[in-house]
Amino acid sequence: MGMTLPQTETFMRSFALAGALAGAILLPGAAAAQDDEATRTARWNDLSHEIFGARQIQTGGANITLEAPERAEDAALVPVTIRVQNPGEVKSITLVIDDNPAPVAAHVTFGPAGDPRSLKLRVRVNQYTNMHAVEETKDGALYETHRFVKASGGCSAPSGSYDAEALARIGQMKLRLLGDPQEVHSREAQLLIRHPNFNGMQRDEATKGYTPARFLKSVDVTLDGAAVLHLDSDISLAADPAITFGVNAHGKGKLAITARDSDNAVFEQNFDLGPGGS
Amino acid sequence: MKANKNMRGHRKTGTTSIDRRSAASRPLPASHAKGHATRRGLLLGGFCLCCLPGTICASDAGPFATEEIADGIHIRRGVDEDATQANENAIANIGFIVGRDSVLVTDPGGSLTDGENLRATIARTIRLPVKYVVLSHVHPDHIFGASAFLKDDPVFVGHARLKKTLLQRGAFYREKLIAIFGSERTGTIVLPGMEVRDRAEIDLGGRIIEVTAHAPAHTVCDLSLFDKNTGTLLPADLLFVRRMPSLDGSLRGWIKTLDGLKNRAAARAVPGHGPVAADWPAASAGIARYLATLERDTRQAIADGVGIDAAINTAAASERGEWKLFDDYNGRNVGEAYKELEWE
Repeated sequence: MGMTLPQTETFMRSFALAGALAGAILLPGAAAAQDDEATRTARWNDLSHEIFGARQIQTGGANITLEAPERAEDAALVPVTIRVQNPGEVKSITLVIDDNPAPVAAHVTFGPAGDPRSLKLRVRVNQYTNMHAVEETKDGALYETHRFVKASGGCSAPSGSYDAEALARIGQMKLRLLGDPQEVHSREAQLLIRHPNFNGMQRDEATKGYTPARFLKSVDVTLDGAAVLHLDSDISLAADPAITFGVNAHGKGKLAITARDSDNAVFEQNFDLGPGGS
Repeated sequence: MKANKNMRGHRKTGTTSIDRRSAASRPLPASHAKGHATRRGLLLGGFCLCCLPGTICASDAGPFATEEIADGIHIRRGVDEDATQANENAIANIGFIVGRDSVLVTDPGGSLTDGENLRATIARTIRLPVKYVVLSHVHPDHIFGASAFLKDDPVFVGHARLKKTLLQRGAFYREKLIAIFGSERTGTIVLPGMEVRDRAEIDLGGRIIEVTAHAPAHTVCDLSLFDKNTGTLLPADLLFVRRMPSLDGSLRGWIKTLDGLKNRAAARAVPGHGPVAADWPAASAGIARYLATLERDTRQAIADGVGIDAAINTAAASERGEWKLFDDYNGRNVGEAYKELEWE
């Protein structure tokens, strides 16, 4: 189904101590990555080889753009927007956060009912890092664009609000249609999923040091049975994942969502797309 | 896994160190029926150095200036800054209330140094024991001075949700503070022994302090105090005056809580940040306006399909001129508000 998402537990642990506070009281970042451009380029070369093998990746500024805040307000919730100029040719989009413990934040494959024009995600950023968005076309070409993001500590920031009450609502979903309802080609849909997305890096002294990892692994979206998208995700998505995507809905249809997490829990919900949104 | 083991080792050591010195269960006044009488402290990541025999402790500790804002209520003005090595995290308004028999501390301060300085200030002011240390909420600028008072063996008072929240966040906060102050000057994590679920009363001798535990507002574990003798309300960080509030609990909850507190007749209130005392409820007008603006603008952004990234730059921007440190907190507050309101 999806690709392998590189991740090692020791790597995760070693980064748990880095970064700035993402609580409500601001403290200066302690351990921002101070490496230079050459180091970052070398890291991307290694990483891209690991993810995409020997395939050549072209600079794709004309095809794909990546928007992210230069300096994030909240490292545990960094909004990212990926836009493509050639949606008809796009097979998949991969978001890589180079210096995160699990760098591949999301890999999205689009189906016939999906519109890759724009994709929005909210991610955690562990330290100052390059972010790469890579477009894979249907004929197998790869195009990348990247951005340097100043944020740190987002991976180990406590998910303090996730108490028993919140966990009881795990898997709850909300869908909103955004944009112009008169748009004939496609609509932008925002999907919210209640899930703590515990990444194994949040401390909890009450248990055994860390809250055990439990995170969303995949989301499938279909429209009247036709695939919209398949998302493989990992510990880099922010708590309560929010995904905004294009769907080729002409006003009506049944959008079916299936989400799976690392505990093999399956969450399903259907939304009827009325003419005025849901 | 290695870090994990080390930490557990430290915790064990720390707990032993405290238990040895503390009275296991001191008789408490009947008014404590709702609280848990056993006091438990928890040290993370090492010893409190002041507890070790022969350690020369805090040679730079010294009293600081406080203002007696009402009879027997002494408050130190926190500086309107974020934590730095220079300010010792003395950024919150903290102080103490003096009864006939004992002293109540609220809050103990933002670092071990801040707490020790407060302790020295109390010792200079009054010869009475510190019997209660109130931890108004989980934020480090209010409570990391708590370990300075361990030697007084007081009852640490907190919201019923404070312990759990501290267990989740305390070590994370402590690491960030250690990066600024070093491990010896940061202070350790002290858990509440008296947990308030709804209301409680503390008798300092001829002086009753009412303690109220609130629903999620500024944080998920906010306490407010009311001194009956002088009619003084101490809402801690439920009230910010001219210093930018930070949202870490529930926006709608905070608005509601503030509305409730406004109806409380009080001669004055002590903001968690801002002046040491202000007229009540007049002092709540600024924060009430900010929170209402934040709610209105964020709700509007969500309704208009404006993403969280754009909303962070626009919502509540009209408030910029009203607050110190506005740009350090507003974007994050909008993010918190957005996450809460987008599920409506």
